[in-house]
Amino acid sequence: MKNVIEEAAVQQKKTLGFWIYLMTDLVLFASLFATFAVLRGQTFGGPSGHDLFNMPFVLLETMILLTSSFTAGLAILGSNRGYKKQTIFWLFVTFALGAAFLTLELTEFSHLVSEGDGWQRSAFLSSFFTLVGTHGLHIAIGLLWLAVMIIRLIRFKFKQTDLNRLALFALFWHFLDVVWIFIFSIVYLIGGMA
Amino acid sequence: MLQNILDFVFGRLKPSDFVHDPIMAGAGFAMVGALILAIIGLTYFKKWGWLWRNWITSLDPKKIGVMYILVSVIMLLRGLADALLLRAQQATDGSAGLLTSDHFQQIFSAHGSIMIFFVAMGIIFGVFNLIIPSQIGARDVAFPFLNSVSFWLFAAGMILINAPLIVGEFSTAGWLAYPPLSELQYSPGVGVDYWIWSLQIAGIGSLLSGINFFVTILKMRAPGMTLMKMPIFVWSALTSTGLIMFAFPILTATLGMLSLDRLMGMHFFTATGGGNPMMYVNLIWAWGHPEVYILVLPAFGIFSEVVSAFSGKKLFGYTSMVVALLAIAILSFTVWLHHFFTMGAGADVNTFFGIMTMIIAIPTGVKVFNWIFTMYRGRVRFATPMLWFMGFIVTFTLGGLAGVLMSVPPADFQFHNSLFLVAHFHTMIVGGVLFGAFAGFAYWFPKFTGFTLNERLGRYAFWNWIVGFLLAFVPLYILGFMGATRRLDHYDPSMGWQGLFVVAGIGVAIICVGVFFQLLQLGYSIWKRNDNRVGSDPWNGRSFEWSIASPPPEYNFAVIPTVTQRDEFWELKKKKHGSLLKSHYEDIWLPKNSGLGPIIGAFALAFGIAVIWHMWWLLIVGLVGVVVTLIIRLTSDETEEKMTAAEVAKHELKRGIV
Repeated sequence: MKNVIEEAAVQQKKTLGFWIYLMTDLVLFASLFATFAVLRGQTFGGPSGHDLFNMPFVLLETMILLTSSFTAGLAILGSNRGYKKQTIFWLFVTFALGAAFLTLELTEFSHLVSEGDGWQRSAFLSSFFTLVGTHGLHIAIGLLWLAVMIIRLIRFKFKQTDLNRLALFALFWHFLDVVWIFIFSIVYLIGGMA
Repeated sequence: MLQNILDFVFGRLKPSDFVHDPIMAGAGFAMVGALILAIIGLTYFKKWGWLWRNWITSLDPKKIGVMYILVSVIMLLRGLADALLLRAQQATDGSAGLLTSDHFQQIFSAHGSIMIFFVAMGIIFGVFNLIIPSQIGARDVAFPFLNSVSFWLFAAGMILINAPLIVGEFSTAGWLAYPPLSELQYSPGVGVDYWIWSLQIAGIGSLLSGINFFVTILKMRAPGMTLMKMPIFVWSALTSTGLIMFAFPILTATLGMLSLDRLMGMHFFTATGGGNPMMYVNLIWAWGHPEVYILVLPAFGIFSEVVSAFSGKKLFGYTSMVVALLAIAILSFTVWLHHFFTMGAGADVNTFFGIMTMIIAIPTGVKVFNWIFTMYRGRVRFATPMLWFMGFIVTFTLGGLAGVLMSVPPADFQFHNSLFLVAHFHTMIVGGVLFGAFAGFAYWFPKFTGFTLNERLGRYAFWNWIVGFLLAFVPLYILGFMGATRRLDHYDPSMGWQGLFVVAGIGVAIICVGVFFQLLQLGYSIWKRNDNRVGSDPWNGRSFEWSIASPPPEYNFAVIPTVTQRDEFWELKKKKHGSLLKSHYEDIWLPKNSGLGPIIGAFALAFGIAVIWHMWWLLIVGLVGVVVTLIIRLTSDETEEKMTAAEVAKHELKRGIV
């Protein structure tokens, strides 16, 4: 095995690299936000955000995702102090909340599509589905990551490398939370105005 | 029933997609033939294992760099063949019936896309891989496996962009595929999909590679090497990768949206449904303009290294060079609209972007003067790298001035989409990026092979290139003034353009002679390699790559050097400290080979083919393949192996360094 100092240097590189990846992902979201901002009014005679968005429903989604970020933080706190059972428990809770969020989002999407307001309806809806869907895709990838993490943590009894990965996962999850706050504000609050 | 199964398996692929006109079929057959020959050769000489172990699965950045360069050289020849066809068509005024309009459009689209994405980008990443670790005193890049994935994604994109020679057709929408022409309504075939997915896959590779080298430079410098003590090439790489990180996600998003329009009937950029084609043009240039600087900044870095090494002086104005690099990098995000002043954004917006464009000429001018002052009172050796530098200074300044001319919005209304523009950006990219690559190739070639390139043939190549280059592009400036627009497959003889087009054609023919001499130079130098053997430092270099053996060992540095000043190696040589090496060796950790990088590339290729030809089962295979392979890699812990201090000592002894 490498010595401790070398291991720490490797982890530092990974953390910086992951932060930079997150920032590039943010630029990707920024492009989609800009497109949404430009195309928001292009409803092509179809419904606007004001007609479509169900605000209490979206608020519920938001609260679920914010809570999952909180529980992910609790899991990290637990793992830092070596409380294995707590860590696993909070990771399960995070997974459940993330899955619930994704289910709600898909429910919203399928509802829109069944009403005839799918992504093909107008430029506004294309940009809406793509922006929110890209965030949803990230959540789905995060859930897959989380599932693999939970299995490994249980099986390999909290190896240091897995704990390092857990820290990066938490970064990812909080990042998605931040992006969602912008989606909530720009797409649903501003985009839902009459 | 049978038809349903065939549709399911092959999507929209039909036997007739394999039928091409003679020129394309010839190119396709040549490619397949070369591939078959290579396979037969590898089998006959029993080299498959060697290829797999030493190259394909290697995580050594030097090997990956060589593979990048190899792919780029092959693609350069492909792009050059395209250019020859375009020039022949225009020199004969289209009346000879050499190419159909459709084929002509495919060729100019392919020429541009290939030259930017698979030649220029490939060269840049090849040089990064080869040079950066050894210049900063590191043994490896920050993420060796990611590096391999990046390369194989690049290779997958390269295969996709060449596949239309054999099956299907390429995009006819130009190298940036402006909608609504590139939308399903006007381009229903597979051409634009080929374009999207080859760029998307290679672009994601570029993005990952950019992150990789950014972290490498920030985290892996030798002890004592502060940012302002880095070699200037590393600075240029840092700014270039910084730009990659900000620009390439925009490309990913934009290509993604265009693809969603085409695949799922969305309305981002369509002419109907409320779509906004100009949104695409803004987004693609918000990536595209920084992209130009992503390519040219490393070339500036190469020239800075070359000019100081061959003038025997330290680089003039190091600090101002760094500031200029940073200024160019930041300003490059504030000028994108100058690509479409004619869009109608209004006088105020056009003025802003026009002025920003003019301002960018200032840091670039600073660099040109610094290079000239570096030569001033130096003991200049006119070896081939220096010749390329001199050629660059002349052509780049000419092209740069043409650029300033076009940055004036009212003038640009005249130049827009004319051959003046085509001449301008070729002067910048050929005269800047490509000449930089050639200079770097001649300069660093002995470092990675242990022998120099033949100087005489190199000079022949240079003079053919520079003469051919001026003959090929100066007429285009004039034609632009005369009103010739770009992408013409025929024109009326009464325009009086043909003479100049013929001159341009002759120019490209002379460039081909130059390329012939370059290939000859390479072959001859390899053949006569024992006559040109050199030690570790043939040019009396300044930075750390010249302190290690040629070719360098896999671990680069047996002992990581310590830095106290700029050009540490040069200063130590001046003080005659003798060997930099201390005899105390330590264990070195190197990444194990991994076959998962090429496997990810293969699955990405499958994904690309699937989405282009609508083979949905293959799409799932490709996607699941990539995800599963990634999980396997990311959950494996023992990815490095130890080389003990004793083994390192043995290696070093064998190389006769100690």
